[in-house]
Amino acid sequence: MTLTRGIRTTVLLLGFAFLYAPIVLLVLYSFNASRLVTVWAGFSTRWYGELSKNEGFRAAALTSLEVAVLAATIALVLGALAGFSMSRFSRFRGRTLFGFALLAPLVVPEVILGLSLLLLFFNCESWIGWPSRGIPTITVAHATFGACFVSVLVRAQLAGFDRALEEAALDLGARPWTVLVRITLPGISPALISGWLLAFTLSLDDLVIASFVTGPSATTLPMAVFSSVRLGVSPEVNALATLFLTVVFVLVALAFWLTAREERRRRIRG
Amino acid sequence: MIGIGRVGRLLLIGVPFLWLALFFLLPLLIVVKISVAESVVGIPPYTPLVTRDAAGFKLQATLANFALLASDQLYLRAYLGSLANAALATVLCLLLGYPIAYAIALARGARRQLLLFLVMLPFWTSFLIRVYAWIAILEPNGLLNEFLIGVGLIATPLPLLNNQFSVELGLVYSYLPFMILPLYGSLSTLDESLIEAAADLGARPFRVFLGVILPLTLPGIAAGSLLVLVPAIGEFVIPDLLGGPDTLMIGKVLWDEFFNNRDWPVASAVAVVLVAALAVPILGARKYLDRAQAA
Amino acid sequence: MALLEIVGAAKHFGATAAVDGVSLSIDRGAFFALLGPSGCGKTTLLRMIAGFEAPEKGRIVIDGVDVTALPPYARPVNMMFQSYALFPHMDVAGNIAFGLRREGMDRQRIAVRVDEMLGLVQMTGYARRRPHELSGGQRQRVALARALAKMPKLLLLDEPLAALDRKLRAETRIELVGIQERVGITFLVVTHDQEEALSMASRVAVMKEGRLVQIGSPSEIYERPSSRFVTDFVGEVNLFEGELAAGFNCSTLAVAGFEPIPLPPGTDLLHGTAAALAVRPEKLVLSPAPPAGFAIAAMVSSISYLGGGSIVHLVASQGRTLKAYLPGAAAARFARGDAIWVHWSSEDGVVLTE
Repeated sequence: MTLTRGIRTTVLLLGFAFLYAPIVLLVLYSFNASRLVTVWAGFSTRWYGELSKNEGFRAAALTSLEVAVLAATIALVLGALAGFSMSRFSRFRGRTLFGFALLAPLVVPEVILGLSLLLLFFNCESWIGWPSRGIPTITVAHATFGACFVSVLVRAQLAGFDRALEEAALDLGARPWTVLVRITLPGISPALISGWLLAFTLSLDDLVIASFVTGPSATTLPMAVFSSVRLGVSPEVNALATLFLTVVFVLVALAFWLTAREERRRRIRG
Repeated sequence: MIGIGRVGRLLLIGVPFLWLALFFLLPLLIVVKISVAESVVGIPPYTPLVTRDAAGFKLQATLANFALLASDQLYLRAYLGSLANAALATVLCLLLGYPIAYAIALARGARRQLLLFLVMLPFWTSFLIRVYAWIAILEPNGLLNEFLIGVGLIATPLPLLNNQFSVELGLVYSYLPFMILPLYGSLSTLDESLIEAAADLGARPFRVFLGVILPLTLPGIAAGSLLVLVPAIGEFVIPDLLGGPDTLMIGKVLWDEFFNNRDWPVASAVAVVLVAALAVPILGARKYLDRAQAA
Repeated sequence: MALLEIVGAAKHFGATAAVDGVSLSIDRGAFFALLGPSGCGKTTLLRMIAGFEAPEKGRIVIDGVDVTALPPYARPVNMMFQSYALFPHMDVAGNIAFGLRREGMDRQRIAVRVDEMLGLVQMTGYARRRPHELSGGQRQRVALARALAKMPKLLLLDEPLAALDRKLRAETRIELVGIQERVGITFLVVTHDQEEALSMASRVAVMKEGRLVQIGSPSEIYERPSSRFVTDFVGEVNLFEGELAAGFNCSTLAVAGFEPIPLPPGTDLLHGTAAALAVRPEKLVLSPAPPAGFAIAAMVSSISYLGGGSIVHLVASQGRTLKAYLPGAAAARFARGDAIWVHWSSEDGVVLTE
């Protein structure tokens, strides 16, 4: 059934309108001089000013950034190792369990992930006195589910990877680890780039798991936003949201551009 | 790969495996362990599994928490409510997402990539913020109501927030990209010549859709449904921000038990039952994702 | 001493024997072709020599050294892959230099060698280009340059011309032979295209179902095939099946529906042996009038003009079809439906018992 051009365009417009309307409105109202959402009082950046004075949000943003960078990097390493192992080693002890552990966190509800990790950290603390809950525990939690996302991307990329490239490298005298580092890793760089960015964004965005595993001193940005939002709509949060969206937009666009460029290089026309 | 060697293999597999065993599998076991403990005042706020006294080791476990779950109507309604909400959201995502995925699949080349990017972008931006954005729209004095009143369609504000409607809307809005992408994946690999052959043999467009396109995109439908249904059942943020007093979803119940009631054993029991209930779709998801990834 | 010596190599995939007891020796400086249909095991054999498949049985010896247990990066062998396998994230110079860097060669010498190689394959000036910016033919040259850069003792080529279009194929064949003569490296080409094998190689081995069925020079393979398989796989042929019988002063082949067919002098087989006579289309002579000596009566069923010559399809008694090749415009005097006589000189036939 081919949809006519008109229907297709309408569907896409409606669909994207639905997806983006709230975001667009949010951005618009972050520049609204009035506090009320429904009254447009003119263009103003006053909420951004207020935001920058908000110590709570600032500290939370820094915490979130710190955690996200660290967690994404750990997730990248773990996820790449896991994706590579599942893709290349078709038989090893515990492969089924490993595969399950790699995919389950993607679908298991966050409250369960959060609760289980908290219980682990809690027990750990009482047995060996470490870790104290806060940035380290949030980082570990984020790295864990981030790794699972990265492994999916890496595995998908490896599936389309031309093994002949590795054989050619071996044939030309490179030892297996050299082949991995110089040929395979560059070969899956799109997955690595987008994997890191995905893990970074997911970490930055996580509310539930962070709430469970955090300690008294560490508040992440989503947690700060959540407590503020529970009290109602706030223009400062609108400003914060807009900033956040801009940062993520730039990062994602960058990732897509880099990935597309790499894909072009690989797509050898016959 | 030739020549990686046993030590190398052990490292490549072992490092992530160990991490996941420690930070995913083990915690789940601990949840099970605590679900059979009793709540006490103190630190830890639950009884230990194994105690040592003069006579030796003693196992201390109770199924009281599970009994509580079975007996108290609240939990049953919460489970069923979550399932109902998530199921409805899944169906709505499917109905909305399929045409969108189809339209994207029909686009050519660079436009397709752009459209996919635009679909993915909301997913990458803050989930919390997007849900929050709906509050401003759905409030009694929010944008939508003001608009409808201003246009004259209604006289008093509609109750659009803090009820079933807003929760469903929030669920569909948040999980739509998760449905679109697998559907697109299935649709984009559809062999056009099959559609042409069916048309050539006399099938009308709707028949082609029902008889050729729909069956062939079943893997995408299944994957998308799983990716929406399972996480949506345990959703917390959406019912908390957009839901009302009679919104009963299990994720929120778990959160409340843990943070408000400080009853860790019961929270754990809730989690255990939830995971057990989700086990079938989770295992199903794994089989589909694995097959889709068969490298 | 032979450069490459394979002794009794064998490998199974599941229940099928991909390579079933192959022994082969290739001389230094030779241009050798391994020819066979898909699935005959030639690629597996090639990969065994390169080191990507381990033989279950047998030995591979290169220049006197047993390399059977050595990994690919330790063998003095390099391969040009069918898909070229150029590293997409390196430029042309980077690709060619890759193997040299593994050897620890210093930067100066690498630069010189890369230039040499680029000149050899006529790709000077392309050093900074990326693989995705090159055409198929250009990529192939880079792949060849990369494989030759280390001056291996043996160069393996996996279906080198398969991805090229027809015209390019013919040109590249000549170039490959020229390059091989210039560098003096032993080449081993694996191909399913008999034209490729016969035109490029100095020696050809034909493989079928994991085994070598004939080794020889191209003309030996073509003119003196040792089996029905070789005769049919390499070029067109007219095949007569029958039994050895006695003739006047030579052996003949008793074939149902025909007079006994004279066999080449010197055919030394027991009477009654089942055998086949193979006659190449270009050896057939067509005459409107019956010649002296043996001839087959046939009718022209079609004439396909190819430019340089024509293929004439004929039908003889018992519905038996024959194919003749006439050069130039020689077929012009015949038309469809003509009744003519087909004959050939008895030395031009090949007797096959396999």
